[in-house]
This record gives sequence, C-alpha cells and structure tokens, in this order.
Amino acid sequence: MFTRREFIRGGVAAFTFSFAAPAFLSELARAQGSARRNLVVLYLAGGNDALSMLVPYTDAQYYARRPVLGIPASNVLQIGSDRAGNALGLNPRLAGLKAIYDSGRLAFIQRTGYENSSRSHFQGTDIWSTASPSSSQGPGWLGRYLDTLPSPVDPLVGWSTTRDVPHLLQANRTGVAAIPSVAGYAFASPNPGAEAQFARASAARIASHIPVDLPHLAFVNATAQEAFATLDRVAAVGTYRPTVTYPNNGFGQALQAVAGAMVNGVGTRVFFVQTGGYDTHSGQNTNQANGAYANLMGTLNDGLFAFYNDLLRQGLLGDTMVLQFSEFGRRINENASAGTDHGAASVMMVMGGTVRGGIYGTAPSLRIAGDNPTLENNGQDVHYETDFRSVYATVVDSWLGGNSVQVLAGDFRAGAPAIV
Amino acid sequence: MARREPLIEHLLRRIGFGAAPGDVEQYAELGYATALDRLINYDSTPDKVDELIGQPGFVGMTINGAFSPSTNIAHARQRWLFRLVHTQRPLQEKMALFWHNHFATAFSKVSADLGAADGTRAMAAKASESSAGIPGQLELFRTNAVGNFRNLLLAVAQDVAMLDWLDGRTNVKAKPQENFARELMELFTMGVGNYVETDVYAGARVFTGWNLTRTNGVNRFFYNAAQHETTAKEFSFAIYPGGGRIIPARSAGDGLQDGLDLIDAVVRHRATGPRLATKLYRFFVNEVDQPSPSLIANMASDYYQSGFEIKPMLIRLFVSPEFIDPSNAFKRYSWPAEFVARSLREMGWTGFSVNDALNPMITMGQQLFEPPDVAGWDLGQVWFTSGSMLARMNFAAQLATNQKFQLRNAARDEVKTPEGLVSWALDRMITPTFASDSYDALVDYARAGGPWTGSDTQLATKASGLAHLIVGSGEYQFV
Repeated sequence: MFTRREFIRGGVAAFTFSFAAPAFLSELARAQGSARRNLVVLYLAGGNDALSMLVPYTDAQYYARRPVLGIPASNVLQIGSDRAGNALGLNPRLAGLKAIYDSGRLAFIQRTGYENSSRSHFQGTDIWSTASPSSSQGPGWLGRYLDTLPSPVDPLVGWSTTRDVPHLLQANRTGVAAIPSVAGYAFASPNPGAEAQFARASAARIASHIPVDLPHLAFVNATAQEAFATLDRVAAVGTYRPTVTYPNNGFGQALQAVAGAMVNGVGTRVFFVQTGGYDTHSGQNTNQANGAYANLMGTLNDGLFAFYNDLLRQGLLGDTMVLQFSEFGRRINENASAGTDHGAASVMMVMGGTVRGGIYGTAPSLRIAGDNPTLENNGQDVHYETDFRSVYATVVDSWLGGNSVQVLAGDFRAGAPAIV
Repeated sequence: MARREPLIEHLLRRIGFGAAPGDVEQYAELGYATALDRLINYDSTPDKVDELIGQPGFVGMTINGAFSPSTNIAHARQRWLFRLVHTQRPLQEKMALFWHNHFATAFSKVSADLGAADGTRAMAAKASESSAGIPGQLELFRTNAVGNFRNLLLAVAQDVAMLDWLDGRTNVKAKPQENFARELMELFTMGVGNYVETDVYAGARVFTGWNLTRTNGVNRFFYNAAQHETTAKEFSFAIYPGGGRIIPARSAGDGLQDGLDLIDAVVRHRATGPRLATKLYRFFVNEVDQPSPSLIANMASDYYQSGFEIKPMLIRLFVSPEFIDPSNAFKRYSWPAEFVARSLREMGWTGFSVNDALNPMITMGQQLFEPPDVAGWDLGQVWFTSGSMLARMNFAAQLATNQKFQLRNAARDEVKTPEGLVSWALDRMITPTFASDSYDALVDYARAGGPWTGSDTQLATKASGLAHLIVGSGEYQFV
C-alpha cells in the first residue's frame, strides 16, 4: 500500500545534485523574500464529517438520519444559502470562522471529492495528496509544484509543521523541511564553546558526503545538510512574538510558527499544518459542549481565528491562502456508537486576504431515492459535485502562479470554483 | 582493538539491536549457523530480561514512586526500551516491534476510552500483572513473536486494546462497525486490491458482538451473542477451502464462529503470505531494492505449508543469499527505537536513564505505543527529515554528554593519538566505512583546539565529541 518509498528512491540522485551550498541558499531565501505569496495547507486527519461542520439545517432528512448527532437548527451559526437555495449553518463552535466568513475572506466548497471515492484513510489520503484517484503513488501534487520552481530551490521552500513530510509535499527533487518544534530545531554538542563549533563544522562536513552509488546514504546526508542550511533561519523564527495569543495546543503552536516564518521572511512558499482526531467512529458528541466533535471544531476555530488576526495585523493576510481538506466525508446515517463511519465527498475551506468568500457548490439532498444524484452508495454517502482537482488547479494557476495542467498532469480547470 | 566480524555484526543489528561490548566475540565463537540457531530458537534462552530492571550494571529508569509498568505508560515505555537494550532474546523483541507496527494501536485512544491505568494494562501488562491473567497487547506480540500468524491474529482480534482501537467494542447488530473488518483485510492480511467495499460491510456484520466487558475490574473480550447479526454474509473471495464465499446464517449462540471463519479465510488468502513475506523482507533485509520474487514465493510457500508459522519464513530469510550479501548491510533505515537502543548498546548505558530517551524519540518520529495511525509508522526515508535528523544528532549529543567519563575511561589505556582515538571510536560505534573526507573530518575534529596531550580532560572531551559525531552521522542511521 505505502509504496511512496520507491518513487523517492528514483529521485534521490537528481535531488542531491540540485542541492546547493548553504551560503547561496540564504541569499536565495532573501531574494524570494517575505512579500511572496504562500500557501498553508491544512489537513483535517481522519475524514471530516462535513455535515457536522457545514450543517444543512433545513433538510428534514438530516435530522431523521442523525437523531443523536443532528445539530439543532437553533444552534447553528447561519451563513445563508447556497446557489440552490439550501440554507446552511456553521457548527456552533465556529464563531471565529463565521466572523471571517462575514468579512468575505472564507470560502466553503461543498461536496468536493472524486468518482468512486476511497473509504480507506490511507488510499484516500494518498489520492488527495497526489491528485490522482487512479494511481495514488508517486510525488504529491505540491511536491510536483515545488519541482517546477527554478533550481536551486531553498531547503525551506516547503515547511511541514509535522514530524514527517506529508505525501502531498513529497517531491522528486525538492527537499521539504519538517519542523514540528522550532525550539527543538537546534544543534546540540556534548562540549561547550569552541568544541561545539568544531563539532558543528565536522558534522556539516560529514553530511556533505553525497555518494551517488549509495542513494540511501545520500538521502540521509542530504537531509542532514538541509538541517545545517536552515538551523539559523529557523532559530530566528523561534523568537517571533505574535500579535495575538495562539491556543496552547499543537495546532495553535504550529500556526504560530507558520506566522513567525512568514513575518521573518524565511522564503517558504508552502506550509503544511495538520490537526487530527476526525475519525469519529464513536462518541462524536456533536451536541455536547466538550464533546469530541465540538472540541475538534473548537481547536480548528480558535487556531485559525488567531492566525487570521495575527496575519491581519502583520499585514500578511493578502499574501496568504489557507487551503483545507480531509481524506473523505463521513456516512450520513449515524452509527450505534453515536459516531459516523467512512463516507465519500466532504467540504473544503479556503481562507485568505484575497479569497472570494462565500458558499460554493450545492448541499446534498439527504433523501434516499434512486433518482437523487447528490448521494451514492445506496444513499448512504454524499456524492461529489466539485472535483477536488479543480480546486487544486485554481490554487496552482491563480494563486501560486504555476501551471496546473503540468502539475496535476491533466486539465482540471473546468468547473473550478472562482475562489480567487 | 575490538574484533571485527562483519557478518555477525550485521546479524546482530538486523535480528536485534546491535552488538554490546563482548557480543561480537561471543557470537563469532559459535559461528554463523549456530549463532543464528540460538537467536531464532530463543526458547532455550530464559526470558529473564525484566528481572534485570533496577540491577546495577544495566541502563537506568526514572521512576517516581512505585515501578508500575502495567498501569503507568511512561513506565511501560521505559520497560520496553530496557528490554530492547538488554534482552538475551533480541529476535523476540525485534519481532514484537514489527508486530506493534503491523497491528499499530495507539495508547492515546485506548487510554481516552478506558482510562490511563486500564489503557496501559491493555497495551503493556504481562499476564502475571493482571488479576485475571489477561496479557496486554505487547505481550501477545512477544509471546507469538515468531509463532503462528493465525493464532496471533485471533489473539489480536480479541485483544482489549484492539477492540477499543478499532471500535469492535461498539460493533452491534443494529449498526455494524466497519473499522476492524476494514483494517483486517486492508492492513493486517491481504492488502488493498484483494477485497471490495461490500466485503468490508459483510466483515463488519461478521464481527458484531465481538465486544468488551469489564468484570471484577478487568476488561476482557466478550462474545455478546445478543448483539450478533445472524444472517448469512457473502464475500467476494473464498471463505472456505472448498471455495464457498458465504458464511452461513447461524444462531446467535453459534455466531462467534463467523469471525473465526473470516479470520481463517484472510489468513489463508493467497495474497496474505506474499504480503507478510515482503514486509518481513523489507524489515530484515533491504527496503531500498525490490525483493527477489523467488525468495518471496518461497517464504509464502513456507507460510502456507507450515500452517501459517512465521519462524520458517524467518529461517528461510536469514539463510538467504540476500540476507548475507554484504551489499545489503547498512541498507535499512533504522527506526528511532532501533537507533536509540543501538546507540546505548554501542556507546554505553551506565548512568543513563531510558526515560531521557522518551522525548527525543517523539521528535525522531516514534513514540512507542503511539503509532500515528492504524497503518503504523511510515518507514524508510520518511523517518528522515531535517527535524528528525537533528533529533537523532541531538540524542547522540545527549548520550555522549552522559557517557563522557565512561568513554574516557574505556579509551584511556588504548589510545595514544588523535587517529588512535578515532579508530577506537569507530570500533565501538559501528558504521559502514566512512568516505575519506568524512574520516578526515573526524580526525580534524580530534586534533582541533590545541596539541594532543592525552590528558583525561582532553580524552573526555574528544571521546564524547567523536561519539556524538559518529552516532549522529548519516552513516550510523542504517542497520
């Protein structure tokens, strides 16, 4: 299933040859500067239950099929109707996002997905990561985008706030930094003073050995080189003092680091942020103040709202786009464990200073009937309306200034929501 | 100078967690075949590693209050690391780690549902630590480490931690729970492409009633006949040796058999043997290149012909030309747990607490009992990012700082020159041969800062500095 290792192997030689010397790289980073547009990809891990985030509160079937999990109409934060006239409300814990939506800088794209949606977390994530439902292996869609940037590419061009580089940022020849903690991103030594400097010089020299005949060693040493080339710039991010207080959880702290990197102008074009817990098979507790799903929404809302306000005050909102996805939506009927199982189409969010906010796409009709094209799997799951790759195409073409036909290996521009 | 035996060293890195001082000599005396036999047929070696905990001469732990690895997850993690460092049955611990990744279950969910103490019990308690004699999940992996896969899979299917992790405890007839049935096929046995979505739905119904109960304060598996869905279940693949694809309708009282039939079917499925063989090959031999199809076919054949035993597959693997081939040495990216255990075994452990490895391991990307999801950790290159590589280098620095005076004492009588110190360090912390400039970088480090005097102060500084550089090098990150 996980065959991504195989493709990376093939790319190691090219990757290591394109790697440039640290001194030049920092110049490159300065040249790329802070004023460049960046993309923050936000992954809700586990399969987000779109129907609990963007609630079709006038669809009687929603309440009929979710007697426990249905969020009462009186509790949702109404945001109007989609173009088909379906009234929609946000999860009650999304008050901050409601404010952003009201200011016109948040877009919801309903029923995003693809044909024959995978119900597997892993395959689903691979498909969303590669933008390829038919062959979800190989580099990720944003890795392929980074590979189109002119060489040499700065080793901080991609920055994942997770411990692993996510599939969507894995590239053939571009290294992406994984920095889960800015404070921990430092070089320690058993001896102080000059000895520590000797050690760093020696370690950097050992890491500079990139043997083409040993691609696995070349890969690890190139990774160590990336660390040496980025240590000092990342340390500067650690001193960032935000204009707002971010929530003291992993998601909030990751967003603070992203803002710090932007303000410090480290040159990153694509950030990756993840928040998990969305695989709500049981005890989803949408209607309980501290229930599982309410907490997920709270974490999401509080982190993003802090980030939005920080960027607004730093004057960076116009340079930033946040693109949210999840590997699938969830089953319409709640299960006996007061949870929901794996489903199909979900919702995407896009946020930013130049985003054209609003509700895109149309809500599903949750009525089970053979002639209801908005559902699939015998009416059990939501059928997609907007191909997720068309959203990616818009992001590549209209935001990153790339060529989506090349990056996505196909023309998915038709039917794309006009989010920017 | 220590004796160098590349094949024995390779064997000890792959079957276990590297060679502690004296190990290479001891196993080399036996010869490869006998050494291998002893390591594989480890039943003749007493399983006494836990008795060494707290004894002088072994790696330490940090325990506030009573040591309670069956109810305190931090204690359980330390006990596991202690075993990796000091086990006399390295293959057992190695395979336990393999199965932990294969049946990846995370403490965070189990403890959220069952509580921290019961969650730890479910993950890590020994049978002797349970008032009802119910072992935690890790003990299933240790007990069945090289045993029968069908027995292991059944034990896992009825394991408390798994019944919570994949929601079997809430699988009832009114609304079957798909989570376990899906991963049973996708991850634990046949793999994607060998089943269809309706098999997942049918599988969910098969396991209705495979629930949990808590009696006398002990969580345990419970076949809840009242919650079993009794109608027939049809699959796209053969359930029975004769080719029958339908598990017949059964009374609720007999319904437990549904799950046994499906487990037998997926264990027997033609894709399961090759999939396990490939996974073992990548774990033990080489994850960079494709395995030879004939070796995988032979291992799969061993699996089926032995009635799903793991040990014959491993024996075939360890005597294969691929395993012994020197070009396959140092070709597998080490897991953080392997890196930490090998660093300790090779650099030294006296006065170090394994507790101090727990946070660094999180940054390296592997917290024991906390895989990222049910597919386990992303292996190979994915372990290595600039952040996780720094975490490995920094753990090497932390351990070298801790071992500064042990290293000085060990080097004192053997080292006369900076070059001699580098050679001594490279004998102790084993890497593939360094390229000449990398070797020169080590020598230059040993010489930097003033003339060589061989004083105790200089030895402590340079020995620890070199230990840090070697263990933190790219070369050392492979097993």
